[in-house]
Amino acid sequence: MKPAPFTYHRPATLDAVLDLLAAHGADAQILAGGQSLGPLLNLRMAMPEHVIDINDLADLGQMRRRDDWFEIGALVRHHAVATSPEGRRCMPLLAAAVGTIGHYAIRQRGTMGGSLVQADPAAQIPLVALALDAEVTIQSRRGVRSVPVADFVLSAMEVALDDDEIVTGLGFPLQSPTQGWSFQNFCRRRGDYALASVAVILDLAEDGTLADLRCCVGGTAPVAQRLADLEAGARGHHPTPAWQRDTAQQIAATVPAEDDSKATEAFRREIVEVLSIRALAEAVKRARVSEVQP
Amino acid sequence: MTGPARREITLSVNGERRSLTVAPRKLLSDALREDLILTGTHVGCEHGVCGACTVLIDGRPARSCLAFAVQMEGHEITTIEKVAEGGEFSPLQQALHDHHALQCGFCTAGIIMTFQAFLAEVPDPTEDEVRDVLSGNLCRCTGYQPIVAAILSAARVMRGEGQA
Ligand SMILES: Cc1cc2nc3c(=O)[nH]c(=O)nc-3n(C[C@H](O)[C@H](O)[C@H](O)COP(=O)(O)OP(=O)(O)OC[C@H]3O[C@@H](n4cnc5c(N)ncnc54)[C@H](O)[C@@H]3O)c2cc1C
Ligand code: FES
Ligand code: FES
Repeated sequence: MKPAPFTYHRPATLDAVLDLLAAHGADAQILAGGQSLGPLLNLRMAMPEHVIDINDLADLGQMRRRDDWFEIGALVRHHAVATSPEGRRCMPLLAAAVGTIGHYAIRQRGTMGGSLVQADPAAQIPLVALALDAEVTIQSRRGVRSVPVADFVLSAMEVALDDDEIVTGLGFPLQSPTQGWSFQNFCRRRGDYALASVAVILDLAEDGTLADLRCCVGGTAPVAQRLADLEAGARGHHPTPAWQRDTAQQIAATVPAEDDSKATEAFRREIVEVLSIRALAEAVKRARVSEVQP
Repeated sequence: MTGPARREITLSVNGERRSLTVAPRKLLSDALREDLILTGTHVGCEHGVCGACTVLIDGRPARSCLAFAVQMEGHEITTIEKVAEGGEFSPLQQALHDHHALQCGFCTAGIIMTFQAFLAEVPDPTEDEVRDVLSGNLCRCTGYQPIVAAILSAARVMRGEGQA
């Protein structure tokens, strides 16, 4: 359980990182928190010739609110996102989901960028980023580009990132204070990757009907799923307990799910249904009709 | 294949500056145990799951099996050897002792390092919070109950609310 030899680089600036990626991209791996890359190196499932440690790039470790966006640098640690008072106020779904990643010590090191690029099918960050319509900012010697998360995560462990590119940050549209939201996941043991997770965001119209519903399911398929048809069909409905039950059944029946070594498809659908009932109920309870707010 | 050059690095371990020459692939856990002979940090799984190797990096708990020694230049490492410096048990060590919260002791150093940081951040945790954090440290011996009791009791002592 020891990594294969590699050349270690510890660039002090983003410019230096971009030069190293331009020179070695195909044979290099960026090292952020090391909470996914470390195990892969130790197990020799990854054997890069060059390891580029980005932990000195303090600029990528900042998060801040800017206009209607919450911007989080790629190097911001999970623990900082989960515990930041401003993050919890402006981005409650994100903060709650990130607070369930792995364990306390894992969250001290693991980063936003690392988790997104790792793109584990059951990971929290790709799921809630999809639910929140986040944008990914990417940089290389060739320039800067920005893509919606939905177009960035392609499949399990596969993202739309070229060898010479680095993710510098994520931008999240602020959640409105009247919005209802919920994150639910099921793990056999605390801190494991979840067998399934559900994220729900909803807005109520003045008459108490649904103005908007967003619903995403993670862990059942190679990438987190956004249930667009179900979302469109929900508008105008009163989110009564009966509607919540029907909708949860519909989510469980329609989401793509597969058998694998950890759970059967049928068991996963059952988990998704239970998590969906809880998520919808909690989101409805949290939602406020927009008018009542100052 | 010619291996990448070994490097001379200087890091701060338990408040002392230490220099060593390591290959880039040397894990922090191995550098502590093999080069600095600080064997109180234990190594179980070497992929981040068991928590036995947990140390503090700049005051925050981290898996030393998921960090490389070369990365630690300029950072402050704290290991279990620092905790009872001077021969006195810390309140957490005393509580673990009093509650019979260890048998083989393999997991203990990692638990102490984790909770030293956690109790500094959350001095008055609920039992559920303690169990949530403890989920990151596997113990094969105790069944966890005495560890949870010891941590809650140590927290009380550290808040100045009476005996372990
Ligand atoms: C015991 C344990 C339990 C865990 N449980 C969970 C869990 O429940 N849910 C979960 O989501 N995760 C879990 N994780 C993984 C954890 O969240 C990782 O922190 C995360 O997946 C990767 O983040 P990192 O910063 O550590 O990235 P690293 O491990 O440093 O890197 C991961 C990958 O991303 C690339 N990369 C990193 N940063 C960038 C960047 N800025 N631009 C481009 N590429 C980059 C690296 O090259 C590498 O390929 C767990 C890990 C462990 C060890
Ligand atoms: S040895 Fe590091 S977590 Fe198990
Ligand atoms: S006391 Fe033996 S593993 Fe915990």
